[in-house]
Amino acid sequence: MGGIAPMAENPPAIVMDGAGLQSLLEALADRGYQVIGPQVADGAIVYQSLAAASDLPAGWIEQQDGGHYRLVESGDARRFAHVVGPHTWKRFLYPSLQRLWSATRQGQGFEISTEGEQPKYAFIGVRACELRAIGIHDKVFIDSGFTDAGYAERRRRNFLVAVNCARAGDTCFCASMGSGPDVGDGYDLALTEIGDADDPSYLVEAGSDAGADLQRMLPGRPAGADDLSAAADAVAAAARSMGREMVADAGPLLKRHLEHRQWDAVAERCLNCTNCTMVCPTCFCSTVEDVTDLSGMETERIRKWDSCFTLDFSYIHGGAVRREGGSRYRQWMTHKLAYWWDQFGESGCVGCGRCITWCPVGIDITEEARAIAASETAGQGED
Amino acid sequence: MNVLAPNRTVGQDPMVPRSFVIERVRKELSDTYTMDLVPRDGLPFRFEPGQFNMLYVFGVGEVPISISGDSKVTAGISHTTRSVGKVSAALNALQPGDVVGVRGPYGAPWPVADVHGMDVVFVAGGVGLAPLRPAIYWVLAHRAEFGNVAIFYGARTPEDILFRREVQQWRGRFDMTVHVTVDRATGAWSGKVGVVTQLIKGGGFDRHNAVALVCGPEVMMRYAAEALGERGMPKQNIHVSMERNMKCAVGFCGHCQWGANFVCKDGPVFSYDRAEPLLSIWEL
Amino acid sequence: MVDVVGLDELMKEHNFFDGFDKEALELMAGCARNESFRAGEYIFKSNSDATHFYIIRHGNVSVELPVPGRGRITLQTVGEHETLGWSWLVPPYRWWADAKAISLVRAISLDAVCLREKMEDDHELGYRLMQRFVPVLAERLHATTVQLLDLYGLPGRA
Repeated sequence: MGGIAPMAENPPAIVMDGAGLQSLLEALADRGYQVIGPQVADGAIVYQSLAAASDLPAGWIEQQDGGHYRLVESGDARRFAHVVGPHTWKRFLYPSLQRLWSATRQGQGFEISTEGEQPKYAFIGVRACELRAIGIHDKVFIDSGFTDAGYAERRRRNFLVAVNCARAGDTCFCASMGSGPDVGDGYDLALTEIGDADDPSYLVEAGSDAGADLQRMLPGRPAGADDLSAAADAVAAAARSMGREMVADAGPLLKRHLEHRQWDAVAERCLNCTNCTMVCPTCFCSTVEDVTDLSGMETERIRKWDSCFTLDFSYIHGGAVRREGGSRYRQWMTHKLAYWWDQFGESGCVGCGRCITWCPVGIDITEEARAIAASETAGQGED
Repeated sequence: MNVLAPNRTVGQDPMVPRSFVIERVRKELSDTYTMDLVPRDGLPFRFEPGQFNMLYVFGVGEVPISISGDSKVTAGISHTTRSVGKVSAALNALQPGDVVGVRGPYGAPWPVADVHGMDVVFVAGGVGLAPLRPAIYWVLAHRAEFGNVAIFYGARTPEDILFRREVQQWRGRFDMTVHVTVDRATGAWSGKVGVVTQLIKGGGFDRHNAVALVCGPEVMMRYAAEALGERGMPKQNIHVSMERNMKCAVGFCGHCQWGANFVCKDGPVFSYDRAEPLLSIWEL
Repeated sequence: MVDVVGLDELMKEHNFFDGFDKEALELMAGCARNESFRAGEYIFKSNSDATHFYIIRHGNVSVELPVPGRGRITLQTVGEHETLGWSWLVPPYRWWADAKAISLVRAISLDAVCLREKMEDDHELGYRLMQRFVPVLAERLHATTVQLLDLYGLPGRA
């Protein structure tokens, strides 16, 4: 429970009541942060600008299943009893549309200009799986030999308020991915919702100097041993109630079965709609478009989210490399669970379950892995 | 392992190109042109044989093109481009004096600097000779440091032989052998007709102490690597240059992922012991 | 048949005969002749009887098909270390293409009737020879397939 143990260099944990959340938002706003947090909109819990703590989704939880998402009332006042919805933080850190640069024609040449200042975001309610996902993107965009300047700057200015999950969703499987529900580290402040469900309190722990500075501004009392154990118990309970579970050693399993009838079986159901890649907090694939004005004098290079489920994704002159749906699903799943380890030293799947919930036909990555594992024990499945 | 470290652009946005002016355009084939580019900022451009650049045409887009010139020259760069799509066709329509954007160099090079003392076999198919040319220049510039040098080149027809004059010059050298074959003979062609794998069967290298650099269409590279293997060359000494969709060339866009590799960063040059298991998986 | 010993020595140098013992080589040498063809000379012509099989020691041979209106289409060239012709092995034993020496060609020819008889008489030898001829056929088929793929052409363009 790394996130629960007080850190030596940081101030001891405190406990604040619901009003303390408003103080937190105000302190962040005072420091120039654009505060983003979960709210109810369009029948889902989404991440958008958070004007007041009263906009947090108090009293709401989701029912989730393969291809199913409904908000229901929890019957209490907890603000973070929900889990994850269709949004991920990448929509702010790695937006679906980004202008890389613009250029103006000058004679036979052109002059390039780049974006100015990056936004300064504070995220409220970053879950353990999401924190892991942000760490994964940090590796891709900052620590892999090349640095995406815009991303690196947005992250440098970023303030993360994490939340330990005290409840697991029906499609959650972070416990089996080793990425939650305890937030671990990598946050500025971590909250755990404890106490009376009708009037919850918040254990606040600092994970960085910036977090420690901010924590000192917050109203609260020093956390006692019972607060810490209540928080630990809540997270442990969430870990025990995961809706889904990934089979052990899924990566080596998939690498043993790159040719398997299950890829064809999933292709029969997969619509190639790309939903799973859009809602995935770690999917980072992008494409680039050039937009030119009518005079042909001004042009922009726009980076857009892309998906390995599209036929165009693997196009080389003459045609797509991955023409079959099964090949594209295999690409996505093996990258997440197998090759990501080779490339980045960790899993590309954090077990958030969004790809299961938001798949229109309810394809379940944990079920697909289990089917391949089952064929292995049954000694069948190879083409 | 490499003499020149790749230009890593940490702290500077790798998605923003440098401006280069087209100094010269040479028509090589009906649809293939070589362009010599000089940087507007006057700073040297360094690369290793086998690396590529992302070339940007104003308002049209960007395309990965391997560098086809001499790595000893740092005042400019040469690229040989075949018109196969919108951007490459737009690139080939540009004239001297026009400006293109250049990002790079990117990718793992041919291991020419690591194979001193060995025989070197170049196997090229079609315009695959272009990415090999910097390696050929390197080997010829350090000729005494290598054993036998052979080029096996397969083209579609005699009219499709790239760098024809240079290939003739290489043929005339006494310190290397050059064999050219075409799939279809036309006109007064009196050379070989057949596939490039037949040339490999002729040998001319010490299988225990030779390295092969292979570039061409994927299927041709597989057959060539198999033929080299049949001649006894170990797979780790056979190197192929892979082609996949690339949008960024720095591992951000995901398009070129191939097994555990990003072809842009981990390739495009792969030793065949690494490439073969991946090539054998359909649509990986 | 002069100089039979010399011929089987020459044959031994060609990789086609790698692995044959002395007895088999001598047996085949009984069907063999040393030949040379001037540049431009036809070694055989299509539709004529396939009376020989050739092992090229030196020079290049062009295998051509005369196509009315398109001239002579070169299907392949055969050079040193390679073998020329397989029609002698398959009934009705008639060449289906022309073979022309591009340069001075030195070859060992093997008499087809003689060879077929020996293979018929000695199935052991026949089998071992077939083990050599089948890969030649497979290689031709393989090369033809690759040529048909038109790998260097642009997709969607003839």
